[in-house]
Amino acid sequence: MQHLILRVTTKILFTPIILFALYVQFHGDYGPGGGFQAGVIFAVAFILHAFCFGLEETKKALPQKALTIAMVVGVLFYAGTGLATMLLGGNFLGYDAIDPESTHHAGQHYGIILVEWGVGVCVASTMLTIFYLFTGREPDIDPEDW
Amino acid sequence: MSLSAQLPVLPIVIPLLMAPITLLLPKGRAPWAWAVLCSWLAFAASVAIINNVYEFGVISYHLGDWAPPLGIEYRIDLMNALVLVLVSGIAAVVFPFAYESVKSEIDERQSPYFYGALLICMVGLLGVTITGDAFNIFVFLEISSLSAYALISMGGRRDRRALTSAFNYLIMGTIGASFFVIGVGLLYQATGTLNMADLHAKLAGQDNRVVQSGFAFIVVGIGLKLAMFPLHLWLPNAYTYAPSAVTAFMAATATKVAVYVLIRFFYTVFGFDFAFEVAAFTYVILPLGIAGMFIASLVAVFQEDVKRMLAYSSVAQIGYMLLGLSFATTAGLTAALVHMFNHALMKGALFMAVACVVLRTGSHSCHAFAGLAKRMPYTTWAFVLSGLSLIGVPLTVGFVSKWYLLQASFAAGHWYAGFLIVLSSLIAVVYVGRIAELMILREPDPDGPYALARKEAPLSMLIPMWVLVIANVYFGIRTELTGGVAERAATALMTMASGGAQ
Repeated sequence: MQHLILRVTTKILFTPIILFALYVQFHGDYGPGGGFQAGVIFAVAFILHAFCFGLEETKKALPQKALTIAMVVGVLFYAGTGLATMLLGGNFLGYDAIDPESTHHAGQHYGIILVEWGVGVCVASTMLTIFYLFTGREPDIDPEDW
Repeated sequence: MSLSAQLPVLPIVIPLLMAPITLLLPKGRAPWAWAVLCSWLAFAASVAIINNVYEFGVISYHLGDWAPPLGIEYRIDLMNALVLVLVSGIAAVVFPFAYESVKSEIDERQSPYFYGALLICMVGLLGVTITGDAFNIFVFLEISSLSAYALISMGGRRDRRALTSAFNYLIMGTIGASFFVIGVGLLYQATGTLNMADLHAKLAGQDNRVVQSGFAFIVVGIGLKLAMFPLHLWLPNAYTYAPSAVTAFMAATATKVAVYVLIRFFYTVFGFDFAFEVAAFTYVILPLGIAGMFIASLVAVFQEDVKRMLAYSSVAQIGYMLLGLSFATTAGLTAALVHMFNHALMKGALFMAVACVVLRTGSHSCHAFAGLAKRMPYTTWAFVLSGLSLIGVPLTVGFVSKWYLLQASFAAGHWYAGFLIVLSSLIAVVYVGRIAELMILREPDPDGPYALARKEAPLSMLIPMWVLVIANVYFGIRTELTGGVAERAATALMTMASGGAQ
């Protein structure tokens, strides 16, 4: 088996990278970070996997179909939070409507976590889609693929 | 949720929620039907908004309940409302029309992506129109442009030149957007605010180099987006090689929205006490408008390709709008707004007729149009009627906007501009007449590729096309509808630009 050291290192690093992504994701409303950065870090873990094990292996773990759905779900999470606040009587993305009784704007926290989650999912899946498309590109495009 | 309180945000939220779902729909008819439903809902919301604004005045909606100028505000006066109705209305007509045309031009496997991108493009254009925040304009402008680049490049299945023209548009459009955002950044530096109403208040009396260069960056940036002569070079290729339905949608909406942004910055953000702007009107916008009217029209006369001819004609028509708004009078601004609305109607109808011809003959070169009157009579007459409207024949919308423009130019003391408008309309007679003559009087070359008998376009295309053609005549007779709204919008803008509060 070739590149054994690289592959073992990647396997060891994979989980901490994902964990770091989740940390950046959920710490985003208190400190630097947020959905965008977390999504990129999350995608990096899979890109590293693809570098060391080949694109086909990564695609088995995370197929393009799932990424497309994740992109859609991400945007819907964001816009859906806005829709929910509208249904609860606030304006679009008016998070205070989520918890109107709160004295310290707890609704703002809930709202931003939901929205950032949507951003994270969407960014991670879009990053990976771009990566898949560039690395998986065949030198010549089949005329039928237009 | 009270529907009336949330109404201002609905034209954005509905397509924003529906567009991603398009990607998950099965390929074929479903994404199209979904997009049509979405455009109709957006249109209904826009009509409700314009009624509301017409009766009760300016609507202000605070996104996320953050009060402006800190938060993002959707601020809708009559001018935005008019453009909103225009964009969503054109979408509501072009999207049903698109099905057959798109089916023949784009791989069915790509149909969810195509209609998804089309909806995102619509969201972007509606968002630019509705927002009252300068930076938000940039964001929505990019949303609409990025999807537009993708839509244009999808024409690559028929003609690979779509790829280079989409790339060309991408470069030019990105330069335009960057210039715009640099300009907004400079204004932010000078004022510390991004809300346009607040910018207006804080810019009053400021006439320093930061503001001047901000103004210049914004004019050039938006000038690229609206294809102001001589920044129009991306437009002819992009319109020619894009899928026909995309051309019909973009020609009728994208440049109009950019013209709206220009008017918004000229008349709401800046005002007439900003001497630099008055100079720009006299020495830049007015001459470039007139130059565009003539040069682009003349170039259009010599085009072999009908789509490219109409694209150059669009550049010329933008010249009329720039001419109208550069007079800095209520009449001139009214004329610009009326022409913006009317030009969308006629160009939409013309490009839809071309799409019908492309569907049946497979080409948009002018040879394909020879002798079509006998085989595709409904398409031919739709083309001829909206062509007459483009020239400005009485009883059509084209006449109405030319009339407003003429009145405005004489009232503003630019009598020579009046003659130039008539003169350039005569050039339009030449290029429209050339194609009309081909369609009605000529026979196709019996040995050529277009000699075969052709069927009329399907009903699903004819009905939306004729809706627009009839709108061309209807708004040409009932001028008080567009003219009235535009005049009230222009009066409000003029008050603001002259230093009054809104």
